[in-house]
Amino acid sequence: METVKLRGGSPLYDKIFKIGAAIAATYVLAIIVLIVVQLVTNSYQIWAQEGISFLIGSDWNAVEGSESYGAAPYIIGTFVTAGLAMLIGVPLSMGIAMFLSELAPKFLRSILSFIVELLAAIPSIIYGLWGLFVFRTYLLNWVETPLNNAFGGSFWLFSGTPFGLDIFTASVVLAIMIIPTIASISREIMIAVPNSQREAAYMLGATKWEVFKMAVVPYSKSGLVGASILGLGRAVGETMAITMLIGNATGQSAFPSSLFSPGQTLSSIIANEFPEASSGSLHMAALIGCGLILFIIAIVINIVAQLLVSRVLKTHQGAVLV
Amino acid sequence: MEEVADLESQQVDKMETLTRTPTTQKSSEEPRYKLIAEDIVASYNGIQAVKKVNMKFREKAVTALIGPSGCGKTTFLRCLNRMHELTKSATVTGKVLLDGQDLYSNREDAIMHRRKIGMVFQKPNPFPTMSIYDNVAAGLKLNGVKDKKVMDQIVQGCLEMVYLWDEVKHDLKKAGMSLSGGQQQRLCIARALAIQPEVLLMDEPASALDPIATQKIEEMINELKKEYTIIIVTHNMQQAVRVSDYTGFMYLGDLVEFGETKQIFENPRNEITAKYVQGQFG
Amino acid sequence: MITIEQRAEFRKHFRNNISSRLITDKIVKGIVFGCVLLAIIPLGSILLEIVRNGAPVLSIEFLTAPPGAVGSDDPGGIGPAIQGTLMLIGMSSLIGVPVGVLGGIFLSEYGNNKYGQMIRFFNDVLAEFPTIVIGLFAFAVIVLTLGYFSIVAGMFALSVIMLPIITRTTEESLKLVPVTYREAGYALGIKRSVVIFRILLTSAKSGLITGIMLSIARIAGETAPLIFTILGNSDFFSGFDQPVDALPLRIYRLANLPYDTATAQGWGGALILILIILTLNVGVRYLFLRKRGGGGRFRIAAGG
Ligand SMILES: Nc1ncnc2c1ncn2[C@@H]1O[C@H](COP(=O)(O)OP(=O)(O)OP(=O)(O)O)[C@@H](O)[C@H]1O
Ligand SMILES: [Mg+2]
Repeated sequence: METVKLRGGSPLYDKIFKIGAAIAATYVLAIIVLIVVQLVTNSYQIWAQEGISFLIGSDWNAVEGSESYGAAPYIIGTFVTAGLAMLIGVPLSMGIAMFLSELAPKFLRSILSFIVELLAAIPSIIYGLWGLFVFRTYLLNWVETPLNNAFGGSFWLFSGTPFGLDIFTASVVLAIMIIPTIASISREIMIAVPNSQREAAYMLGATKWEVFKMAVVPYSKSGLVGASILGLGRAVGETMAITMLIGNATGQSAFPSSLFSPGQTLSSIIANEFPEASSGSLHMAALIGCGLILFIIAIVINIVAQLLVSRVLKTHQGAVLV
Repeated sequence: MEEVADLESQQVDKMETLTRTPTTQKSSEEPRYKLIAEDIVASYNGIQAVKKVNMKFREKAVTALIGPSGCGKTTFLRCLNRMHELTKSATVTGKVLLDGQDLYSNREDAIMHRRKIGMVFQKPNPFPTMSIYDNVAAGLKLNGVKDKKVMDQIVQGCLEMVYLWDEVKHDLKKAGMSLSGGQQQRLCIARALAIQPEVLLMDEPASALDPIATQKIEEMINELKKEYTIIIVTHNMQQAVRVSDYTGFMYLGDLVEFGETKQIFENPRNEITAKYVQGQFG
Repeated sequence: MITIEQRAEFRKHFRNNISSRLITDKIVKGIVFGCVLLAIIPLGSILLEIVRNGAPVLSIEFLTAPPGAVGSDDPGGIGPAIQGTLMLIGMSSLIGVPVGVLGGIFLSEYGNNKYGQMIRFFNDVLAEFPTIVIGLFAFAVIVLTLGYFSIVAGMFALSVIMLPIITRTTEESLKLVPVTYREAGYALGIKRSVVIFRILLTSAKSGLITGIMLSIARIAGETAPLIFTILGNSDFFSGFDQPVDALPLRIYRLANLPYDTATAQGWGGALILILIILTLNVGVRYLFLRKRGGGGRFRIAAGG
């Protein structure tokens, strides 16, 4: 300890250190501000050219001379795929979280939690690869074709010609990808519910399921909503797997007309067309404009989610030091 | 210390003679035990908090559990409705017979029996998102009470019994959490009463209450024992004397002495009991 | 007050519905268990397919050679991609680790105020950002400014992605160090900065390393931001002003090629990538026992 003390230095040294740390922390803020600035300035051209029709138009033509850009189909595609993924993913995630926090015996609990975390660690590109060469075929043969045969003629949702590269496949893989996120956060939030709440329900003669409904869900509702919204944030920004699976339609035809029609999202149009767009072109500005729209959607979703999740977990976390 | 503390030879309680029908009066020489705990051993992380306790609780009587802090009263009480095993890393062995049926024989019976055993916890735990009304009615909905009128009646009756009705009757829709600590505790008692249990376990129900509310709760206990079997944990000796018919003294996880309240307080057989009830430690 | 007669009346309204409720309970438990199984199937399938399809192409040549000409008989290997990924990891850590750790120290030791709360909040928001947007940002800031695609742009994008993860885990692990350590240090009259470096960071070492390893696992699989920054290359690294290759990007390109050999190589690349990521994750799990229950704060995310 004595040697440590000798190296202590002056209070000035302390101050410099604190300022250095503050600067490092502020870097995050600076990055976010810079992201906004860069996205706006580099997409300015498209807003000047297209105005509001960039948001509501659906023409997408990169041929020089007849250039026209409208991102509406991609905005809708983003919400449709993310929404479908939520529809599939949220109930499954809640089930998994409930199993992990309320039902699983101890040894299963840690193994399964680890598996869920591994699922979260698998990169998007690998989900894409697996979706493209493995899962797509199963989905096509076992789900899409039967549904199309049975209801395709009468119900628009299942019409079209299933090919496996469509909104449905993209959404299902997207759901698989967001499940680990939602499930693991929801599990944490459920575990944070005090046992005294569960006991109150048990005392009244509740079964496990009733305890869950009566004591766990109401207590953790906002956190669970937050976890789901966080999953939505991931789904909206997800790129590679979607790009590989959604079929990549452009313009009018990218409007989702059925589950089995090819589509496009904001992120997939950027990833797909970026290599063809030259720097400084209107095409590039349009793609960065799509990035700006995506940014705004994502930041709104994330801020809402963080507020909901952190409020629940913070009250549970205990004292902060110093 | 491990011998079964039995009360075979105790005289029949006055209240019992008043309320019992002639047929049961005949058999009243052989006292009826509502709840019997046999060889209860309860531990946390392998450390025993309750060491092989045997105890028989008379029907329609109040039994008080006293003892210094940390002696295992709460733990034992929580074994009586299989609440203990819900705690992480807690284990329990032994039997609890409710009307002769073992709660520990299978899990599903436990759920069915728990309804007959109301519990008031040491710390108030109302459902925070539910209104006052819903807190009390929670158990009713669970048990299939559909008639809104009956539900209203029960909610009002139970809130009256805990002397909370007058304070909350105008805002039954308010969140249960918005009440004061003592009010929350009374709300929790009302919630336990609403399911019309046969046994009532109360863990220091009056610890957060002012003297007037305490007195009212004690009156309520006196009233309830006409029909209920009540087990109450208390640190307040006067309270034990006032409300209970029998008293068990626990010390370091053992049931040291168990007998008529009068005897325990006036004429304890065990030295430690004597010291404790005279306030020499604890 | 409820009388005994009333109570008897009330009890008549109670239903003996326990058996149907237990059936509901059982059904729900079955469904919930089904959810868990359903979630495990993809993981099993992914790992199985990667090994089944990827293992046959593994060879020294595959790991070290550059890719052959597209569609030619000699498919070559993924050497430049592996080299690029390793370089990207190293270079991103050079920025991401020090800045992230310092930021985490700030939040834990000086951040118990409004400003700290704000930083913490935006750090969490940035951690959840679509990485494709970060890629576009790096493109605008570095590629457009310099005029060429390069490893520098890729490094910048990945460092932004790893930064919030490291900041968050550093803060969390520092908070786990008992207050007494700090107090002991201050009581001896040691300067705060020295206490932080000598005592706190040492005690929080395992948490810190966990955070760094997980952030590396995360950026190793990032693909989208690389499209806009390093562009991809069939050759080994040849300068800081040249496009480079990376494993996830190579997998993407291979998957898009209409040749079976390319697809097989894509699986081979996926096998290497998943081995890197699983090693880091499992390593973290077993090298350092997690102090917090689920380790939710050390969660890692699927890459964009
Ligand atoms: N959740 C728990 N985990 C571990 N040990 C516990 C737990 N709850 C109680 N114990 C231990 O079990 C023993 C008995 O505790 P119990 O709560 O039953 O005491 P008590 O008689 O109710 O005390 P008090 O009068 O203070 O309420 C104590 O030594 C306590 O430390
Ligand atoms: Mg107690």
